[in-house]
Amino acid sequence: MLKYILKRLGVSLLILLGVSVILYVLLRCMPASYVDQKIVALNQSGGVSEELIAQLKHAYGLDTSIIKGYFNWLGNVCRLDFGNSFQNNRPVLQEIFNKDRIGTSFIVAAISTVFEFLIAIPLGITAATHQYSIRDYVVTVFVLVGISLPSFFFGQILKDLFANKLKWFPVSGMRDPNLSLEGWDLFVDYLRHMFLPILTVVILSIGSRMRMTRTNMLEVLNSDYIRTARAKGLSERKVIYKHAFRNTLIPLVTSLAGLIPSLFSGAMITESVFDLTGIGSYALKAMTCGDIPVIMTYNMFLAFLSVIGVLMSDLMYGIVDPRVKLA
Amino acid sequence: MEENKEKKEELLSEEVSASENAEVLGNVEDSEIPLDQNVKLMSPMRMILRRFFRSKLSIAGLVMLAALFLFCWVGPLFYHVYSPTETDKNGVSYTTYDIVMEDGTVFKQIVVQKKDMNDLAPPSSKHVLGTDEQGMDIFTRLMYGGRLSLGLSFLTVFLVSALGIIMGGIAGFYGGVVDNIIMRLCDVLMCLPTLPLMLIIGTVLRANDVPGKYYIYLLMILLSLFSWTGMARLVRGQILYLREQEYMVAAEAMGFSAARKIFKHLIPNILPQIIVSMTLSLGSMILYESTLSYLGLGVQPPNASWGTMIEIISKRSDILQNNLNVWMPSGICIIIAVLGFNFIGDGLRDALDPKQRR
Repeated sequence: MLKYILKRLGVSLLILLGVSVILYVLLRCMPASYVDQKIVALNQSGGVSEELIAQLKHAYGLDTSIIKGYFNWLGNVCRLDFGNSFQNNRPVLQEIFNKDRIGTSFIVAAISTVFEFLIAIPLGITAATHQYSIRDYVVTVFVLVGISLPSFFFGQILKDLFANKLKWFPVSGMRDPNLSLEGWDLFVDYLRHMFLPILTVVILSIGSRMRMTRTNMLEVLNSDYIRTARAKGLSERKVIYKHAFRNTLIPLVTSLAGLIPSLFSGAMITESVFDLTGIGSYALKAMTCGDIPVIMTYNMFLAFLSVIGVLMSDLMYGIVDPRVKLA
Repeated sequence: MEENKEKKEELLSEEVSASENAEVLGNVEDSEIPLDQNVKLMSPMRMILRRFFRSKLSIAGLVMLAALFLFCWVGPLFYHVYSPTETDKNGVSYTTYDIVMEDGTVFKQIVVQKKDMNDLAPPSSKHVLGTDEQGMDIFTRLMYGGRLSLGLSFLTVFLVSALGIIMGGIAGFYGGVVDNIIMRLCDVLMCLPTLPLMLIIGTVLRANDVPGKYYIYLLMILLSLFSWTGMARLVRGQILYLREQEYMVAAEAMGFSAARKIFKHLIPNILPQIIVSMTLSLGSMILYESTLSYLGLGVQPPNASWGTMIEIISKRSDILQNNLNVWMPSGICIIIAVLGFNFIGDGLRDALDPKQRR
């Protein structure tokens, strides 16, 4: 087992190296003059000295050839130095990994994931046990509409309806700047700001989880031991929740590990629609304005998360389902 | 599929001739209906179509998409008052003032002002859905935008699938070192999430001053170089499974060429899965394209796409609140298109599933 994990970690490292090469080459396709211009534009305060530009560019090896620059970057990364953001010349790691950025994204993602599971699994089970009935159709249409909604469009509609027109929730931001709240009130205010973004994320993501539950449930319901359970004369309730549902849990629990990336990566569009300070909206801004250190670090972080996610879900599969042997 | 069909047809003709023989021989009693009239033989294709059309959702999806395609491609033939990037210069604005005279009577004064741009006009007989902030006719832009959005997603999905089928096919068919290299490449590319990748490519293309006309096509072509992995994995997995089947062993024993084995025996058997996956990714491609355009990194203005038509609400909240006619129609079009593709993909998946009995 330990050997297997070590081997997988080694492969993951190679994959990350590959990802970094692709990202670096892609980013180096920007002309140098454009990068200069961007650095100046991003440091709007003026007074950006030639020296600072040279320093910022040097940190990313932008002043040398691609190959040399890449190894320069790699060397810095090994010392955990991911460079400074072009926007405010602060270390990227500090910018990304603080309470406001990744903390906000994590809270939004975690709460939405809980609700997603709480809503999607019962829906999936009813749809499967009542296959081809009206109920199945209604649930399927509902979740497919959810999948089909463009996040920016749906987010803006919610914002317009519930924040601008009905004024039930604040329009945007993380907290009310006009009030100095403390303790419980601050928490309530925070939740009120988070409600609409979380609602958006939940509605958009229920679909795939519900479809997954439904497919698995149907598969289990068609298996022989369910027929045996029914033949024994067990109540339908017992058959579904005790025999069938437990076995549908296998893929669901496995998919939990696959959720790791989405918990930390931030919902780019939703966060920017509601002006949350999360990592997603931060990265989105960096990507549209060419802040190379942030782009590079954020995408490496995503790649790292997805590698870990895949590894964890494989391990999880081995733990949950004893028939699976890891080798 | 084709092969199976032929086989079934052969079977059918054999049975027909058999029953004919039976009748000639006079062994069948008159009261008994011959088997071939009693049992309806169906080719696999017809069975799939039957299952597909039995689901109301897939019919709904077909209708929705047919309506959209008609609207986008045939619509402009009938409604061509404006061009999609034409600014309506004959704008008029009305301002009403109340003038209170000394004796208390109130006059209403209406000042009619000529504007050089008819922007944000409400829906009227002149502009069916009104105009946007540039004075362009929204109804016209909706049709042309749909052409671009739908066309682009078809183009990208075909490119991605072609690449994926080729790479997955090579990996699955030859195996060994080639397989290993391609699969490791897949692992690497899979770690790059689509939306951030699109944003990066978009920024890089902009930095290189790619002309606005080719920009989005170049972006989509570059994107497909990175996103063939899903399709490649699907094709490879299927080929690995099919390679072990008896008919492939038979093909091997008969000494068929690799090309014949791939194109005549393997591809037709993977085709159902490929079609389902393509249909579903058509929907998500439309979503990606519109998201990108919404962020200003997709189709470049003044060209219209459904995404660019919504972009304005991210900049001007007054339009978000007061001018529903500017951004709502294109959003609804996006939803209809994506939903249509999802319905059809879902229906196809159920219809093509060999385990399904209904």
